[in-house]
Amino acid sequence: MQYLSPTTVDDAVRLLSSQTGDCKVLAGGTDLLVRMRSGFAEPDSILDIKRIDELRRIAHDDGGWRVGAAVSGAEMGEHADLVADWPGVVEAVNLIGSTQIQGRATMAGNLCNASPAADSVPAMIAAGAVARIAGPDGIRDIAVTDVPTGPGKTCLKPGEFITSIWLPSRPDRSGDAYLRFIPRTEMDIAVVGCAVALTLDAGGTCTAARVSLGAVAPTAILVDAAADTLIGTTVDDTALDALARACSDAAKPIADKRGTVEFRVHVAGVLAKRAAIIAKTRAGGAP
Amino acid sequence: MSKIHVTTTINGDPVEYLCDAEDTLLDVLRDHLGLTGSKEGCGTGDCGACSVTVDGRLVCACLMLGAEAAGHEIGTIEGMAKGDQLHPLQQKFIEHAALQCGICTPGILVAAKSLLDHNPDPSEEETRYWLAGNLCRCTGYDKIIRAVLDAAKDMREAS
Ligand SMILES: Cc1cc2nc3c(=O)[nH]c(=O)nc-3n(C[C@H](O)[C@H](O)[C@H](O)COP(=O)(O)OP(=O)(O)OC[C@H]3O[C@@H](n4cnc5c(N)ncnc54)[C@H](O)[C@@H]3O)c2cc1C
Ligand code: FES
Ligand code: FES
Repeated sequence: MQYLSPTTVDDAVRLLSSQTGDCKVLAGGTDLLVRMRSGFAEPDSILDIKRIDELRRIAHDDGGWRVGAAVSGAEMGEHADLVADWPGVVEAVNLIGSTQIQGRATMAGNLCNASPAADSVPAMIAAGAVARIAGPDGIRDIAVTDVPTGPGKTCLKPGEFITSIWLPSRPDRSGDAYLRFIPRTEMDIAVVGCAVALTLDAGGTCTAARVSLGAVAPTAILVDAAADTLIGTTVDDTALDALARACSDAAKPIADKRGTVEFRVHVAGVLAKRAAIIAKTRAGGAP
Repeated sequence: MSKIHVTTTINGDPVEYLCDAEDTLLDVLRDHLGLTGSKEGCGTGDCGACSVTVDGRLVCACLMLGAEAAGHEIGTIEGMAKGDQLHPLQQKFIEHAALQCGICTPGILVAAKSLLDHNPDPSEEETRYWLAGNLCRCTGYDKIIRAVLDAAKDMREAS
């Protein structure tokens, strides 16, 4: 195996497209090295993106935030302005693994690993995040929702990799939140995850919302029908009940050792309600 | 395949080594450099026995390649005591009997020191969450938590 560590995006694209064998991008390595260790991945080369300076930055961009693909979860959690704008996204990223895992794991790696239960993905989808992809044909931007195409699969073409994730500017009176259900309090894989991002007007009526569920389908899903139950309401009990129903209806989970279909469908609704209440409070709405 | 030549800093000392691309930092520490204080409990990021710091950040040495260490500052358990002078955390672990078989101990000490470097006055809850990625099969954790909080108290009073 070969270890490649380019220092520019252009060099990375050139190296990635010129490799003849299987070349894997290495960000934090908290998925990739585990897969290599267990024999599920045997790359001919590894392309480490952490020596590319621009990928290590969290920067203001177009009113929002551009988070480089090599930024760790711990670095995101320590960035007070980012946390203030997108607390739900950062809390979702910070749920990934332990302190040790946080020191390395990236949001882009969580997305590209394409686990249906990846914690940060529903939060990014609810936030309307956009992935920037570099490849042989240049740069393209694509909604995070469209990146995972199935368990372990993404829409990235050969030679392409994600350089950053962009989180939009946060309108006034907006808030987001992510909750997951796990049997323990730490270090576990989501049985169900739910993210809600919403905006209120001055009178407390919801004017925009996005709701996303994880671990209840082959990829995290954006649930428009759930968002519709909130828009035009004050996110009161009636709206929250409708939200829960819409999320349970949208959940199409499998049964496995961590949860039955019935349980996951029910919990999707419960988490949506609770996440919506937190998002509303963060948006400055009356509790 | 030719070996990768890596120049790095470990516990403040400049170090050079040759490694294969697939060698983890833990392989390099234990098998090439004889720094066997970092343990391999799982090799998959779950147990924390291999905890080290990279530029002051706590990570699992089993989930990092040796080649990645180039140009960074690595901290391991071997750098914790100053000669014969134990670090206050090490001393408190002995006083509180916070270890039995000891396999988890180096990783927990490195992780606990990293906690106190970030937060000299952690609550019990903060301490338990920070150390959630360090598994111990023997102690039941309570003695570990007490030792860490006691060391933190002494270190605050001493500074
Ligand atoms: C102990 C432990 C606990 C964990 N707990 C959780 C958890 O609670 N929730 C959760 O969601 N996950 C969890 N994970 C999984 C993992 O930590 C996350 O998915 C993490 O975000 C992966 O990021 P990374 O930077 O380490 O990715 P890497 O391992 O570097 O990469 C993951 C995959 O994505 C590809 N890739 C990475 N970056 C890019 C890029 N920029 N462009 C294109 N492809 C790329 C890689 O080639 C690889 O296939 C856990 C893992 C461990 C070991
Ligand atoms: S050996 Fe690295 S976490 Fe277990
Ligand atoms: S003392 Fe034996 S595993 Fe912790």
